[in-house]
Parts: sequence; structure tokens; C-alpha cells
Amino acid sequence: MAQAAVQANLPPGWFTHPLQRPLNQSDRSHMSLDKATVRRISELARIEVPETDLEPLAQELSAILGWIEQLGEVDTADVAPMRSVMPITHPWREDVVDDGNRQDAITRNAPSAHDGYFVVPRVVE
Amino acid sequence: MPGSTELGLAEAKRRLLAREISAKELALAHLDAMEQARDLNAFITETPEMALEMAEAADARLAKGEAGLLEGLPIAIKDLFCTEGVPTSAGSHILDGFTPPYESTVTAKLWAAGAVSLGKTNLDEFAMGSSNMTSHHGPVRNPWTRPEDNAALVPGGSSGGSAAAVAARIALAATGTDTGGSIRQPAAFCGITGIKPTYGRCSRFGIVAFASSLDQAGAFGRSVEDTALLLQAMAGYDPKDSTSADLPVPDWAGSLSGKVKGLKIGIPAEYRVEGMPKAIEELWQAGADWLAAEGAELVEINLPHTKYALPTYYIIAPAEASSNLARYDGMRYGLRVEGENLAETYMKTRAEGFGAEVKRRIMIGTYVLSAGYYDAYYLKAQKVRRRIVDDFEAAFQKVDAILTPTAPSAAFRIGEKMDDPVAMYLNDVFTVPSSLAGLPAISVPAGFSAEGLPLGLQVIGKAWDEQTVLDTALALERAAGFEVLPYGLS
Repeated sequence: MAQAAVQANLPPGWFTHPLQRPLNQSDRSHMSLDKATVRRISELARIEVPETDLEPLAQELSAILGWIEQLGEVDTADVAPMRSVMPITHPWREDVVDDGNRQDAITRNAPSAHDGYFVVPRVVE
Repeated sequence: MPGSTELGLAEAKRRLLAREISAKELALAHLDAMEQARDLNAFITETPEMALEMAEAADARLAKGEAGLLEGLPIAIKDLFCTEGVPTSAGSHILDGFTPPYESTVTAKLWAAGAVSLGKTNLDEFAMGSSNMTSHHGPVRNPWTRPEDNAALVPGGSSGGSAAAVAARIALAATGTDTGGSIRQPAAFCGITGIKPTYGRCSRFGIVAFASSLDQAGAFGRSVEDTALLLQAMAGYDPKDSTSADLPVPDWAGSLSGKVKGLKIGIPAEYRVEGMPKAIEELWQAGADWLAAEGAELVEINLPHTKYALPTYYIIAPAEASSNLARYDGMRYGLRVEGENLAETYMKTRAEGFGAEVKRRIMIGTYVLSAGYYDAYYLKAQKVRRRIVDDFEAAFQKVDAILTPTAPSAAFRIGEKMDDPVAMYLNDVFTVPSSLAGLPAISVPAGFSAEGLPLGLQVIGKAWDEQTVLDTALALERAAGFEVLPYGLS
């Protein structure tokens, strides 16, 4: 089989076809998010999601998370997490003000500003 | 003056210095090209008045013999770089009406070097995408079409407008940013050269943030020399970016030799993925043969964690994005959609202001960072990231540079692959690993797909060794002799 010949030349376990599988065919059903979880994520993310979009979004996010699950195969028992990719030492500097007094420039882009302040909806009732 | 848009950046520089052409003539020719090619939708904001003003100032400095590195050279800027007094959108509705009160460090360096601004180029919203289809300002057309039809193709992304502008001879060169392949993949799709330098080479100050541990500015040009020249003017230490490296910027363009004799070039077995088009495999082999013919030694290497790079990236990048994009709340800049109270105003503003792909990534990021899942996802991804970095470190004990294809396909049609986000993510399968490792990498146009579209080869180098990357790329450029104009241009 041509297919088998191609696969024989590949390093074990490296196929891209799981990435190309249609989203509604996730085989990692244990990872699926339900509507309630998606609603909670949308609240945490401060993005309003209409009720009718919750289910399709749950399917999309489940498929992406299902695909991500394969990281579980990698042994990372003694691996320190990588937080900064280049070993850069942060320099010291004098603790002095070197910029500022630009209230007008900063509030100029605000949807609503008054007298050097941002105008926001009432926060405390 | 007809023909001056055909010059490369370095050649135009030589002619300006020799006073054979003026910066104003060069600017006018490019502004004309920009107007002629508006159907590409490569620009979000055009800055013609600024271009002419800057060109006149450049001519004055040229006359006095005070030319900067890019004096009088018209370039385009990805609309992710904040430019003082010029609207900056990041391709998003949520930044409607935003005009930065400050200049990004990279663009400030370019203007100080005498470069002339043609405008701000289109991009995927917040640089999230590989097709330029997620832009609020509409898709960009690739100047290339398949020889047999005129159907619009994507330019790649996220820096699709910059790549299209350079390929279409609207700009001599352009800036881009690369988080997981956003310079290299569009360069490959548009038949031009694009380099992402080592993480920390260019300041991120004033670049709209996507994923801060990965974002890096870089350069597009129509040759390796042009790309090196632009990058040289962009790079350098900046105290305003705590991840910026305090290292001198080498004279990459001036030191270019294209010599690869004695270099060891790694060919990673794991980049042979199932289903890769035959033309791409053959081009990869051709690239290896060209380098061998110039005296390089080819070495089979292994990067065992390659297949985990994409899923790692799709935890780290959305997690960092969900945090970075929290600032778009409708209070200080951009769009605000009023609700009944503050919380509702936030939710409505962000629902209307962000597009589908950005929302999807923010929500993935929010989920993987949420209580109870942080260790399982984000921490796990940071550990796998170290495995990927270790793979490269081991490989670079044996080789000087690594040769791979840039992308697993040529440019696809506008609208294709849009229904499945994960299939779209596959575009970056060859570019994401080096992004996770922070390494310099370039894409050089080197051949054609079965449909007659440009294909790129990628050279990945050691950290801070852009010179070897550029020299290897120049050897490929000379051997490939890629000098075909996009079919879309007459």
C-alpha cells in the first residue's frame, strides 16, 4: 500500500491528520466542555456570548482542547517550566521619573474623558 | 519614474547615495504603485503626505551627505506597530479610532535611519491567523494567482499586508511581527524573503502585544540583502523592553557573503510529515543539494518533540493573549458599547469589538489559566516548551543551521480552510518550533508548487547567529534564482 510506505518512512507517531479531522469528530469526548462551562469562561473573559452560540462554541473549544491533550504523552516529570526563552538579566536603573505629565495625550483616545480624567460607568452604587 | 519600484532596497539605497534618483521620485513611484494596487487591500492606513514630507527631508539630508542607514527608502509598517499621530488598529474593530500618542521603538529607529513611511499594512486581527482573513479591515489578496485562473489567494498571515505590499512592488521592504510564523509563512506564500530574528533582538515596546514570550519584530524584503538591511535598522537594545537584549547589532548586510563552505546543515527527520505535497519535499531536497554543492555538509538530525510544538503553542499563545488583551475594556481607548452597568459594558464592548478567532483564543487562554486547570495546561506547556528548546540545543551541538520547508502548502484560496480552526493552525507546523525556542529563522523563496505558486525554504539558526542564517539563505537565493514576478502583476 502506498499509504503504508509513506508512513513507514515517518518517525513513529508523527501524523498531521488528527489536526485535519473535522471539529465535530473529536475522539476525546472526555475533554468536552459543556454549555455551563463555556458560559463561565465567557464571564471570566468578559465576553458576552449569546445563548445560541454556547453549544457551537463548546464544540469548537472541546475539539481544540482535545487536540492539545496529546501533550499528556510527553514525560515532563523532572522538567522545569520555561518562563523566559532567552537568559536575559534585567539591568538596574536609577529610580527616577523619566516620562510623564502627558495627561492630555493619554486621555485623548478615551471614548469619554473630562478634565484629564477617564469617564467610566458608575462602579459603586 | 517608471521602473524604480523594481529596484530592491539595497539597490535603491546605492542609487540614492549616488544621487541618480531622488527620495521624492522614489516615494512618488511607490505611492503611485500603492494607488494602482488598492484592490489587494494591503494597507489599512496610507500615509502619502507623510511619505512626501519624509522624502523631501531625506533629499535634504542626502544633499548634505548626512544619510542614515535607510535614508529616503519607502517602506511599509505592519499595523501592529504604534505610530505617533497615525491610526493603529491591530486589524481589530476594538481599536477603532485609536491614534497612538507615542511611537514604537522599532519604527522610531526606522524614521531616525531616514526611512520613508508609505502606510500601515493589513494583518490578521491582533496578529492571530495565518491567512489575513481575520482582519476587521477585510482580507488581503496575494499578488500571486494560480497561472490558470484569477481567483484570489490569501497572502498568508498574520503579516499578510506587509508581504503582499513587498511582493506587489508597492514597498521596497516592510516590517512584520512573528509569534508563530507570521513573517515566514506569508513571505513563503508571496514569494519574498522574511526573517524573524532571535527573541530579544528587536524591542517590543509599542508593538501591540499578542503573546509576549513569543512576539518578535522582523523584516520582509525581495532579497536576503534587503531583508538584512531593514532588520539591521530595526534591531537594538531598548531599556523600555525588559526582554530586549543588550547586544551590539552586527552589520549583517555588509557582512553577507553567502558562504556555506564547511557549515554543517541539519535536516530534521521529524519535519517529514505525512501528506506533505511532493513539490515541497522535492524543493527541500533541492535546497539541501544546493547547499551541499556550495560545500556545506548535510547532517541528519532529530528534533523529537516537533509534533508537540503546535499544541504547546496553542496553550502558551492563547494564555498570554487572554492576559494581554484584557486591557481592551472600552474605558481608555477604542470602542465602547454601553451596557446597564460596568460589567455589562465590558462584556458588550469585547463581544462586539473582537472577531471570532480572537474570542476563541481569549476563551481558550482564559480556560487554561483558570483555577484548577493551570497546572494541567499552562504549566505542562511550559515544560514541553523546555523539551522543544532542549531538542534544538542538542541539535546545535552538531550543526550550524537547520534547513526545513517554511509551510506545508502554497497559498490557498480566500475562503478555503476557514471552517476548521485546527486545520488552519497546521499552516504554522514548521515555523512554531523555532518560535517557541526563540531562534532566528528566515524564509527564502526557492521554487514552485504543482499549481505554479511560490514555495519557501526555512533556515533556522542558533540564538543571536542571524549572520549564519542570512548567509545560508543567500546561498539558497543564488542557487534558486527565484526571479519571477507575481502573475497578478503585469
